[in-house]
Amino acid sequence: MGIGERFAAWPVVRQLLSGDPHALGAAARSPRSAALTPRTTTADRVVPSICPYCAVGCGQRVYVKDERVVQIEGDPDSPISRGRLCPKGSATRQLVTSPSRETKIKYRRPYGTQWEELSLEQAMDMIADRVIATRHAGWQDVDEDGKPLRRTMSIAHLGGATLDNEENYLLKKLYTALGAIQIENQARI
Amino acid sequence: MGTSFGRGGATTFQQDLQHSDCIVIMGSNMAECHPVGFQWVMEAKLRGATIIHVDPRFSRTSAVSDMYVPIRAGSDIAFLGGIVNYILQNGREFREYVERYTNAATIVSAEFEDTEDLDGLFSGFDPERGVYDVTTWQYEGAGDTGAAAGQRVRHFETDAALGERHGSHGALPGGRPRHRDPTLQDPQCTFQLLKKHFTRYTPEMVEETCGVPREQFLRVAELLCDNSGPEKTAAFCYAVGWTQHTVGVQYIRTAAIIQQLLGNIGRPGGGILALRGHASIQGSTDIPTLYELLPGYLPMPHPGDEDLATYIDNNSSPTGYWGNMDKYATSFLKAWWGDKATPENDFCYDYLPRINGDHSNFRSVLDMLEHKVKGYFVIGENPAVGSTNSKLQRLGLANLDWLVVRDFVEIESAAFWYDSPEIETGELRTEEIPTEVFFMPAAAHTEKDGSFTNTQRLLQWHHTAVEPPGDARSDLWFAFHLGRIIREKLAGSTDERDRPILDLNWNYPTQGAIEEPDAHMVLREVSGYDADNKAVSGFQDLKADGSTACGCWIYSGAFAGEVNQTARRKPHQDQNWVAPEWAWAWPANRRLLYNRASAKPDGSPWSERRRYVWWDDAREEWTGYDVPDFLTKKRPDYKPPDGAQREDAIAGDEPFIMQADGVSWLYAPSGLRDGPMPAHYEPQETPFRNPLYAQQHNPVRQTYRHRYNPYHPSNGQVGSEVFPYVFTTYRVTEHHTAGGMSRTLPYLSELQPEMFCEVSPELAAERGLVHNDWATIITARTAIEARVMVTDRVTPLLVQGRTLHQVGLPYHWGTKGLTTGDSANDLIPLALDPNVHIQESKAATCDIRPGRRPRGPALLALVEQYRRRAGLDGAESRRAAAKEHDR
Amino acid sequence: MSMTLPPKTPSGGRDPAAISGWAQHPDRVGFFTDTSICIGCKACEVACKEWNEVPDDGLNWLGQSYDHTGELGADTWRHVQFIEQRKRPGTADEGLDAPLIEHVPLAQLGREEGFRWLMSSDVCKHCTSAACLDVCPTGALFRTEFGTVVVQADICNGCGYCVPACPFGVIDQRRGDGRVWKCTLCYDRLKGGFEPACAQACPTNSIQFGPLDELKVRANRRVRQLHEQGFTDARLYGADPDDGVGGLGAFFLLMDEPEVYRLPPDPVVPTRDLPAMWGAAAKAATALAVATVAAFMAGRR
Repeated sequence: MGIGERFAAWPVVRQLLSGDPHALGAAARSPRSAALTPRTTTADRVVPSICPYCAVGCGQRVYVKDERVVQIEGDPDSPISRGRLCPKGSATRQLVTSPSRETKIKYRRPYGTQWEELSLEQAMDMIADRVIATRHAGWQDVDEDGKPLRRTMSIAHLGGATLDNEENYLLKKLYTALGAIQIENQARI
Repeated sequence: MGTSFGRGGATTFQQDLQHSDCIVIMGSNMAECHPVGFQWVMEAKLRGATIIHVDPRFSRTSAVSDMYVPIRAGSDIAFLGGIVNYILQNGREFREYVERYTNAATIVSAEFEDTEDLDGLFSGFDPERGVYDVTTWQYEGAGDTGAAAGQRVRHFETDAALGERHGSHGALPGGRPRHRDPTLQDPQCTFQLLKKHFTRYTPEMVEETCGVPREQFLRVAELLCDNSGPEKTAAFCYAVGWTQHTVGVQYIRTAAIIQQLLGNIGRPGGGILALRGHASIQGSTDIPTLYELLPGYLPMPHPGDEDLATYIDNNSSPTGYWGNMDKYATSFLKAWWGDKATPENDFCYDYLPRINGDHSNFRSVLDMLEHKVKGYFVIGENPAVGSTNSKLQRLGLANLDWLVVRDFVEIESAAFWYDSPEIETGELRTEEIPTEVFFMPAAAHTEKDGSFTNTQRLLQWHHTAVEPPGDARSDLWFAFHLGRIIREKLAGSTDERDRPILDLNWNYPTQGAIEEPDAHMVLREVSGYDADNKAVSGFQDLKADGSTACGCWIYSGAFAGEVNQTARRKPHQDQNWVAPEWAWAWPANRRLLYNRASAKPDGSPWSERRRYVWWDDAREEWTGYDVPDFLTKKRPDYKPPDGAQREDAIAGDEPFIMQADGVSWLYAPSGLRDGPMPAHYEPQETPFRNPLYAQQHNPVRQTYRHRYNPYHPSNGQVGSEVFPYVFTTYRVTEHHTAGGMSRTLPYLSELQPEMFCEVSPELAAERGLVHNDWATIITARTAIEARVMVTDRVTPLLVQGRTLHQVGLPYHWGTKGLTTGDSANDLIPLALDPNVHIQESKAATCDIRPGRRPRGPALLALVEQYRRRAGLDGAESRRAAAKEHDR
Repeated sequence: MSMTLPPKTPSGGRDPAAISGWAQHPDRVGFFTDTSICIGCKACEVACKEWNEVPDDGLNWLGQSYDHTGELGADTWRHVQFIEQRKRPGTADEGLDAPLIEHVPLAQLGREEGFRWLMSSDVCKHCTSAACLDVCPTGALFRTEFGTVVVQADICNGCGYCVPACPFGVIDQRRGDGRVWKCTLCYDRLKGGFEPACAQACPTNSIQFGPLDELKVRANRRVRQLHEQGFTDARLYGADPDDGVGGLGAFFLLMDEPEVYRLPPDPVVPTRDLPAMWGAAAKAATALAVATVAAFMAGRR
C-alpha cells in the first residue's frame, strides 16, 4: 500500500473524502460488511424440492454447499406458493439439519430396559426373519365357506401420508404380495 | 365427493380460489393450517370477494374473514341442510344447471322411504345388524338387471364409500337410469325428494341445533346464493373439521348438494376444496396404504370375487369410465407380476389376498390387545400421540412381538416402553413389555427422489439434494431391500403361499453407495408401459389383453414420453394462470375437474366472466385454459346410441364422466352406507337431544365396546351431567400433527411452547380457571392438563335454550421433543363414520377444572371417580354402556 | 439549530444514503407491513431466524394471546403481536353498507362492544434519523447504500449506548455475547439482489419489500380502499417524512391507534438536538482553546 492509499484509508480522511463527514455510512462500513454476499449465491447447487409438511405443496429451493444444506426457501416459480412459505416450511432447513435427528439404528430387545446398537444390515436381516415367521403364524388360506383368503392376519402397517408415492407403491406391493392386508395410514386419522 | 361427482379428489385447485365471489370456510382453519394456500383466499378478498368462516372457534382464519359464525361442534349438517332448504324454498337454484347436469330429474324407486317417513331412519334399516339394506334407495328400474345386482349391491355396501376420499364412484348396477321427469315435478324425482327431506331444516331449527342466530344463518345463505349463478361463483373449503365425525361423509355430501344446486361445480371460482394436512395424504389414498383399496381406487377383492372376470364384473359399470375397469385391473396385475401374469393364469389375480370385514387400523389395534396382530410397521406416523384414544394405541404397541418405527427422531411411538403416560401411572412396566423394537432413522425429503401428491391432486417431484446421514435411509430403500432380503430367504420355496412374493416384479435398478432404488423407474411403472416397454401416454392406452402394464391407472401419463412429468417446473410467470405445465395432476393433467360444466349444454360459456372450457366450433373440439375433462372431440350435441357402453354412453352435455349416468348426484342411490341424503345426527357424545329426529345418532356409526373405550352418557341420560362441556381438537400453525417434525425444532417450539386449552371468560368464571394457570380436562378415558388461555375468541352458545361452553384443545403434544405436554387425543373415544372408518375427534364431552392433574396412580383414581359418578363403573357401567348403545 | 434531515426524493421520501457517503446508490428500500392482511402465522419470525441464524429466544409460555416471543430483541428480529380487542371494527354506521364483519352473536352474550383479533409483524424501523446510529461510538452501526441501518458484529464492542437511544426499543444486547443485534433488512440478500427473508416468506404478502416511494403509493391506495369499506380507523404509521424521525424505512398500515400495537404515537429521535448540542460544545471548546492559548501566551510573557 502506497503512502497515498494508506492516507486515504485512514478513517478520518476516509470520512472526509467519501462525503460522509460523521462516519455514519460508507466510511463506517467494515471490510467484512463490504464483502458480504448471500449464501444462496455461493452455494454449489440449487435443488428443486417440495415442502414436506402439509398438502398445500409449496415449492422449495434447497441450497447445498460442501454437501450440506445451507438454506431452504420458497420457489418463486411455483404457481401455488409463489415463493412463500409458512413458519413450518420456513423451518425446513432446521428440520433436515437438526441435531435431534437420529442417524443410528436403535434396538430394544423384548423386556429390555435400554436401547442397544445394531448395524443396519443386521436390523434388516432380523426384520426379514420376523416378517417371514409372523406371516406364517397368522396365515389364513380360506374362509369358512372354503373360499380363498390367501392372507396373514398378524402383520399390520401404519403410515403413508408423509411418504412419497413411490414409497407407498413399493410398500403396498410388498405387503400385498406377502398377504398382509391391515395396511393403513393417516388418511383416516 | 366420490359419490356426488365421481372422483374423491378436490374438485378445484387452490389458485382458482382467487376467482371466487364468495368463499365459505367451514370445518377448516385454513389460515392456520394452510397459510400459503390461504394467499388465494386473500387474493379473492382483495378483489372484493366475501369470506365467511363458520367454526366453533374464532381462529386466525376468522380474524381476516368478512364474517365469522360460531357454531356448535358437530352440528354442521343442520347448518348446511338449512342452506339447502333455503335454496329450494326460495327458488334460488341455478335451474338450467340443476336440470341438465345433476340427477334432479331421475326417479327413485317407489319403495324408498325417507327420514321424514321414519323419524330419522331411511328405509332398509336392520336394527339387529345395525346396517342398511340399500336396495330401496336405488333408481326406479335399477332392479331390472336381475341376479347380478344382488352381488353388486354387496359391493356398494362394503367398499364403495370411501366417501370424500374415494377416487371414483358413481357406478350403477343397472347402468343408466330409465325414468326421468325433466320438469322436476314428479314426487319421486330426486329434486322433490330432496325438497321434502330438507323441509324441516328451517332457520329456527338451525338456531336450535347449531346455536347460530337465524338472522346470521340467513345472511350466510343469502350471500352464498347472491354470489352464485351464470356470472358469479362461490367455493367451499373444508378439512378434517368435517371428516372427523360419525357422519363425516354426509357433511361433505351436504356441501356437495349445495354446490350442485347453485351450479358451482366444474366452474372457475367454484368447487369444493378439500384441504389435506400431510404432504402426500392424497397420494396415500390414490396409491393407497389403505386396506380396502388397490392403486387407482380398484377395490381389494373379496372372497366372492372368485376370478378376475367376476371381480371386474362386480366392480365396474357398463356405462361411464368405470366401464374400462378390465383394462385398469389387468394392467395393474401386469405391473406387479410381469411375465408371470398371463391370460391363462388370470394374470395372477389369485395372488391377491382377500378382505372380508373391517381391517382398519382401529380394528388392528384391538387385535394387538388380543395378540392377534403380532408384528407392526409404523412408518412416518406417531400413533402414540396422533391417533384417537392413543392410550389404546400405546397398550397395543406394548403387546406386540415386534415393532418397526421409521422416523427422523425418536418419537413417542418408539419410546412408549419407557416413556409414556402408562409408565407414569404404573399401568405398564418396562421390564414386563414383550415388544421388540427396531427404531430406524429415515431420510428427509431433501435426501431422496420422489413425488408428493398435494391437496389438489398435483404430483410434484422433489430431488435428492444430499445423501442421508449415517444409517438414515428412504422408505423406498427400506421397502425395496426388505423385499429383496425376504425373496432371497424364501428362494427355492415350494410353498404355494410364497408364490406371490417370489413371482413379484421386483427388479428396480439401484444406484450409489447405499444402493438406493431409482424412484423414477418406480414412477414409470406406476404410470405404465406397453408391450414394447415404451411408456404409455395415459390411461386411454391401457389394454385388457395383458399387453400393457400400469401400477396405478389414474396416475397413467405421469411418465408419458419417457419424461417424468411430475418434475416439470415451468415458471408460472411464463404460462397461463392455470399453469398446466407445472408438475402433473391426475387425471390426465386436469386441474379443475368436471370442467365441461363451465360451459352451457350447447358448449358456450355460461358467462364471459366465468369462461373456462368451451366447445370451439371451428376446430370441432373442446378447448380452454385447462385440459378439458371430457373427450376433446365429443360434440355437445352427441347423443349415445342405444346400447352404448363405457364413455360412449355419456352424452355430449353430461359433464360428470365418471358417473354411470353422466350427471352429479343430488341423491346418491349407491355408494353410501348411512343414507342417500344427509341427515343431522348428534355426535356420539353430546349434551343435547337431536332436535330434528327421534333418531339420536347415526344409526350405522361404528362403535367399539372395550374397557379402554368407554362412551359418556349423553343428552340427559344418567351421568351425562358429569361431562357437561363439548371439546374439539385442532392444530395450530406453529406445529405439525403429532409434533415429530415441529416439537423437535427450536424455531417452532418457541412459538408455541406449551400444550394449552382455550376457554371463554364465561366458562373460566364458572369453573374458576385462571389465564396462564393450569387446567385439568377430564373424560372417562383419561384426564390431561393444559395451560389455560382465557379468550373472547371462544364464545358460549345458546343451544336448545341452554348455554353451551366449548373447550378448544390443540393435539400436538406428547412426552418427547423440546416442548412436551399431555396429548389431547388421549381424551377421545373411538366412534367412527361407517363409510370411511374416520373417527369422531371434533366433538366429544368433558369436564374441566382448575389446577394440574394428579401424577402417577392418583390420575387413575381421579378418572375412576368420574367414571363412578357418571355410572360408568361395574354393573352400573355395563347398564349405561348398554343404554348408550341403544340406537 | 435542529437535526439535519436528509434530502427528499422527487416522490417526497427522504434519502439518507445521499448524506452518508453513498454518491451512487440504489433507491432507498424498506418494508410496508400491511397488518390488515396479516394472518399471524409467524413465518416472518422463522424465515428471519433461518436466514440470519439467530438463536431461539427461549421456550417461554407468555400467554399474550398467541404470542410467546414477547417483543423484538437480540434474538427476535421480526415479532408478531396478537391483540384481542373488544371493539367493533371501523366506525361506520350499521346497515347494509356497513362492513360485513359480524363476529360473536352479540345479543346472546352481552358482548355488545364486539370483538376482533389484530395481528401485526413488527420489525426494526430503519429510521431516517436513527438515534442508534448517531450514538454509536465505534462505528459498528452504519447507514447502508440502501438507506437501511445495520449493526456490524465485527465492530460492535457491546457498549450498549444504542439500546436506550432507540425510541422503539428495538436494538438489544444478546445474553452471553454482549453485542447488540437487530434486523439488518437482510443486508447480504439485498446486495445479492434478493428480497429480505421475511418478505419472501410472508404467505399473504402482509410484509411487502421494495423501494420506499413505491411502497407508499401502494400503501395509500390500500388505506383508501379500507376507508371505503368502512374501516375508518385504518391508517399508516411511519410514512410521514416530516415526523419526529424523518419517516421510517419500515412503515405500517395499522387498524387502530399506534398505542394499541404498543407503538409510540409520535416517536422522536432522542438525538434530534445533537447537532445543536455539538455546536454549543464546539463553541465552548473553541472558547476553552482560545482561553488556554491565551493563558499559555500570557504565561510566556
